[in-house]
Amino acid sequence: MTSVSGTAGAHEPELAEPGRGGGLTEVVRRRYLLRLIVRRELRARYQGSLLGLGWSYVRPAAHFAVFFFVAGVFLRMSEQIEHFPIFMFSALVLVSFFNETLINTTHAVVGNAPLVRKVYLPRELFPVASLLVSCVHLVPGLVIVMGVAVAWGWTPSAAAIGSALLGFALVATLGIGLGLICSALHVFYRDTAKAVDIVTLFVTWSVPMIYPWTMVRDTAPGWALDLYLANPLTLGVLLFERAFWWPTTDGTLPFPAHLTRDAFIAFALAVLLLGAGQFVFSRLQRRFAEEL
Amino acid sequence: MDEPRRAVVVDAVTKRFTLRHARSIKNMTLRTLHGKRLRDRFTALDAVSVTIDVGEAVALVGLNGSGKSTLLKIISGVMPPDEGSVRVRGRIAGLIEVGAGLHPDLTGRENVFLNGAILGMDREETLRKFDSIVEFADIGRFLDQPVRFYSSGMFMRLAFSIAVHTDPDVFLIDEVLAVGDPLFRRKCIERLHEYRDSGRTMVVVAHDANLLRQLCTRGVFLEDGRVRWDGDIDTAADMLLKKRQERRRAEANPSGAVEAGR
Repeated sequence: MTSVSGTAGAHEPELAEPGRGGGLTEVVRRRYLLRLIVRRELRARYQGSLLGLGWSYVRPAAHFAVFFFVAGVFLRMSEQIEHFPIFMFSALVLVSFFNETLINTTHAVVGNAPLVRKVYLPRELFPVASLLVSCVHLVPGLVIVMGVAVAWGWTPSAAAIGSALLGFALVATLGIGLGLICSALHVFYRDTAKAVDIVTLFVTWSVPMIYPWTMVRDTAPGWALDLYLANPLTLGVLLFERAFWWPTTDGTLPFPAHLTRDAFIAFALAVLLLGAGQFVFSRLQRRFAEEL
Repeated sequence: MDEPRRAVVVDAVTKRFTLRHARSIKNMTLRTLHGKRLRDRFTALDAVSVTIDVGEAVALVGLNGSGKSTLLKIISGVMPPDEGSVRVRGRIAGLIEVGAGLHPDLTGRENVFLNGAILGMDREETLRKFDSIVEFADIGRFLDQPVRFYSSGMFMRLAFSIAVHTDPDVFLIDEVLAVGDPLFRRKCIERLHEYRDSGRTMVVVAHDANLLRQLCTRGVFLEDGRVRWDGDIDTAADMLLKKRQERRRAEANPSGAVEAGR
């Protein structure tokens, strides 16, 4: 029996409650697994397709073409906004990133039902992996935006890069915060994904993507403008436009006063939302295995 | 020092499940209008206490619906108990329906890494054990094929092989030995014997009474979510056979079902 205690007693772990998740910190601790799950998601998504990851270029390109011709050419936005393609595209990549994050995180837990039901893992892994997959898909869009911007005389500056980083941080935090809540709710009510679908529709049109924010300022009452500018996605989009589009123009189109300050406040609120999302998720996840 | 060390402590665990009869608003309204119940609760585990020492091989036996799989899930941490507490020492690997972590679109090789990580191995550990895992699974040239093209036997072999190579401190096994070809089955059982002899802890759920007699030293018989017997494996296995016979007789002769039914 001595050899037995030799193998089993080499390390002496304490008795601990199984399945007591450490939440997002646990996800960070198991980042090796997280990386493999992200790779699996990417692999599975393009399984058997000829273009593979190339689809992450085709989709934004198609989006771009539709919006460019409808808004830019037919609705004559190109005449009102200098370098309209980049104005729109810098907004489009961020909006697509948010929508994709929200939709994919919502399905993340239900989509991994076999694993959730049978093996204990920190369940936050799945929504976080979805966020990272969206980040991978954001890269091609950003590369195109930067390429076009550089062609129009964009040069990197602290203000531009800071704006872009703040805009991204704001939208990503908001996305994962909402995503945690939605993915947990979706386990219990499959209506969640339908509701999220509708939300993404509103998101697409409620940000200054195919029209400048000044249009809202000039046509809507003051309280509506306040509401419009309180939308964190509007702030994120404005920041991206300030980062990539504005430096290529003559700078006549103004940005709302205190954009940076408001964005920092929104970011702080998004961090609070993420905390709330983590709390809701960790409470609901206790019943995931029996619901699925 | 002589006092046995606990590997698993299940203390007065109760688990209730809610059966929802209606999910949509329409069905809920209809059921309410007809005066029917919207949900039923049933108790899957009723104040179950089991203590397992390090190095023990314990079989959980019982008829279908007795709560043994639920108990295994609670030990693994997949489900928290409603009342009572569970504590486990060290790394647990569940073979709770093997293959949950295998992704059909990934190749065998990729699945070894992914499933290994799911069961708690890091990259170095997987690399170190890779050859041994592949050899044990005996999947040969299919290693770089997507798992979706595997035969069910190959699938099981790969999944089982990864799981046994994680070297968990507590190994939970649920119904996995029921499948697979006889040859591989024997290999698995040998492996589990080795594993047990190395002083690690094992909790097994299986329907094969003879296999359990070979593999386990102790049996816990569950019925309707309560522990009816906790002691030597032979008694537990005999109880299982007897209960099964009773049930079969009750099914063959429905008039007698009242006394034997659950």
